[in-house]
Amino acid sequence: MTGAEMVVQALKDNGVKHVFGYPGGAVLPIYDELFQQEDVQHILVRHEQGAGHAAEGYARSTGKAGVMLVTSGPGATNAVTALQDALMDSIPLVCISGQVPTTLIGSDAFQECDTVGITRPCTKHNWLVRDVNQLAATLHEAFHVAQTGRPGPVVVDVPKDIQFAKGVYTPPQTAPRTSYNPRVEGDQEKIRAAVALMAGAKRPIIYSGGGVVNAGPEASQFLRELVDLTGFPITSTLMGLGSYPASGENWLGMLGMHGTFEANMAMHDCDVMLCIGARFDDRITGRIDAFSPNSRKIHVDIDPSSINKNVHVDIPIVGDAGRVLEDMVRLWRANVKTDKAALKPWWEQITKWRARDSLAYTPNNDIIMPQYAIQRLYELTKGHDTYITTEVGQHQMWAAQHFGFEAPNRWMTSGGLGTMGYGLPAALGVQIAHPEALVIDIAGDASVLMTMQEMSAAVQHNAPIKIFILNNQYMGMVRQWQQLLHGNRLSHSYTEALPDFVKLAEAYGGHGIRCEKPGDLDEAIGEMIAVDKPVIFDCRVANLANCFPMIPSGKAHNEMLLPDEASDEAVANAIDEEGRALV
Amino acid sequence: MNAQLQPTGSAYFITKETEHDERRTLAVLVDNEPGVLARVIGLFSGRGYNIDSLTVSETEHKRHLSRITIVTRGTPHVLEQIKHQLERIVPVHRVVDLSVVAKERGQERPLERELALIKVNGKGNDRLEALRLADAFRAQVIDANTEHFVFEITGRVSKIEQFIAIMRPLGLVEVCRTGVAAVNRGPEGM
Repeated sequence: MTGAEMVVQALKDNGVKHVFGYPGGAVLPIYDELFQQEDVQHILVRHEQGAGHAAEGYARSTGKAGVMLVTSGPGATNAVTALQDALMDSIPLVCISGQVPTTLIGSDAFQECDTVGITRPCTKHNWLVRDVNQLAATLHEAFHVAQTGRPGPVVVDVPKDIQFAKGVYTPPQTAPRTSYNPRVEGDQEKIRAAVALMAGAKRPIIYSGGGVVNAGPEASQFLRELVDLTGFPITSTLMGLGSYPASGENWLGMLGMHGTFEANMAMHDCDVMLCIGARFDDRITGRIDAFSPNSRKIHVDIDPSSINKNVHVDIPIVGDAGRVLEDMVRLWRANVKTDKAALKPWWEQITKWRARDSLAYTPNNDIIMPQYAIQRLYELTKGHDTYITTEVGQHQMWAAQHFGFEAPNRWMTSGGLGTMGYGLPAALGVQIAHPEALVIDIAGDASVLMTMQEMSAAVQHNAPIKIFILNNQYMGMVRQWQQLLHGNRLSHSYTEALPDFVKLAEAYGGHGIRCEKPGDLDEAIGEMIAVDKPVIFDCRVANLANCFPMIPSGKAHNEMLLPDEASDEAVANAIDEEGRALV
Repeated sequence: MNAQLQPTGSAYFITKETEHDERRTLAVLVDNEPGVLARVIGLFSGRGYNIDSLTVSETEHKRHLSRITIVTRGTPHVLEQIKHQLERIVPVHRVVDLSVVAKERGQERPLERELALIKVNGKGNDRLEALRLADAFRAQVIDANTEHFVFEITGRVSKIEQFIAIMRPLGLVEVCRTGVAAVNRGPEGM
């Protein structure tokens, strides 16, 4: 079997149905093999970054590894953003790259780059294959590493002569390398101690994250069970939305910089915090030294390096979120007599915070408020099998705040890296995995232009994705920060020459819709849903709306800036002088 | 962490470090494969950790294992991160903090030795003095002619540094050091 045949065989043996990629000189033998078979479908993108984000969207919405195939040199360098994005959000992503022939490596050959060198810090692991007889084992190992433990991106760099060379194919093996053994079972003693601590809590909170989504649908089931059993309030990070349903009684909304008042206040005032599958990111904690000062903290994470990295915790548990949640549910059932009355004062307090209605905004009859647009989108898509992706910025936060997620794997967003341009290709990937579903990219006018070329891929592959642009003609979040930090000097955050998005959609062979009045919105959204091809929806929203509530830079959870308090003066003074030197 | 409040205004909150740096010697057992050293070094530079000394060599040929000895310094919190981050690297088998093991066994520190080759060029009294001091430090002469010596010296880092300092006024022209090799005292392996 040739190396190229092995690549395709390894894809099949690892259950791969779709590959996102872009051909080029150094991967032609693999493309030739793909051409001669039917089992693995190739989705041609328009830029390798798009292939990466599409594979991420595919992975995030299915729980399986996403696969991308790129050529050497620029093909590999263009993949870097997607690889780092997948690394930070723990997305299983397998990238196969072509490389110049082994004899030319190091000679500055045409389209040569040190792919393993460049991608070393932005992958979980990577390989350069120098022996065709190692190729199959390497590919199987790559899939194993990408999907197990804390998932992440991997790169297998395959020189062109290895693709042509003949060798022996080995099927996936059961005994992986000895140095890689991620721990999935939590320490029983610690879980016992955690349950005991939770049982005595007066002001508990559960703070869940993307790890629960990654641990599979069972993990979300156990999380729901645990919340029901304990009666604890639950909040979640951006990455964890959907694990616990937004319609659930105990749901406080998202926490963090643009989280709800009740979620952040409860985090600040709690006495026991169960953090599961989240990592105390700086957008979550606010000022670290004032973060939840009076609580004892339990941290469940599959990655030991996440524990005690940013915040010191009292009970660290290394293990798979699903397994540990299962143990907790079992132990709670067996040993704890739930006393929901003891939590009553805490819930009363939370109800008061909720009454503050921190996501409120001033409605407008003439101009579409961005929050209103998201709310209508949510209401009008409720009956559908809906998946949401986003770009990065204000629209992303509004989507997280106002779109209710009832199930995991329905929300694809770039959390850690904050990659503008993620949403459109991610939507393509989701739509390929779920051809019948309604897939919407909630976008900003600036972000969406970064990967707009993938409209062409969506049209080619009959992927009827809906790109719902909250068009305020600004890089909204940049503008908001300039207002907060830089005396409202809007340096280069206004987009002078935006394209006509309706014509752009039509130019690509898609369908364009523009909506400028709140009264027309429902009908326009209905049209968007009904059209069976890619749609660009140019939703003209209030240009200068700010995203609130917000924990201003350097402030603690209990120092949120709420929308009704955010007068121009309050906004101007929200961040003190010293903070402006930092981000 | 969670220490006193300190005014700042960033979303990237920067806490004042109140812990003191400690020096630690780590033994890292890795698969001997291309790029593994780059992964380890890249981790240190990428995350802003310190390397005082690093040595690496294959130690078990049949199992393709190499042992990397890293001398690093940082606060206890950072040192814990270093260990966990190293353990995340796929070809890393084990990371043992030899300094911690030594402390647990009631010893001050692990056994640490370094080898240095030191070239001294001189005539007359300087030359005699160099030879006399080398003898006192138990350094061996491994090459010489009428105008130079090459000394081989093995010992603790402090001894090597002292020897180099003494040789400097006596015509020191070249120094090559291996970095620290380290094991713990006692019958147990790492």
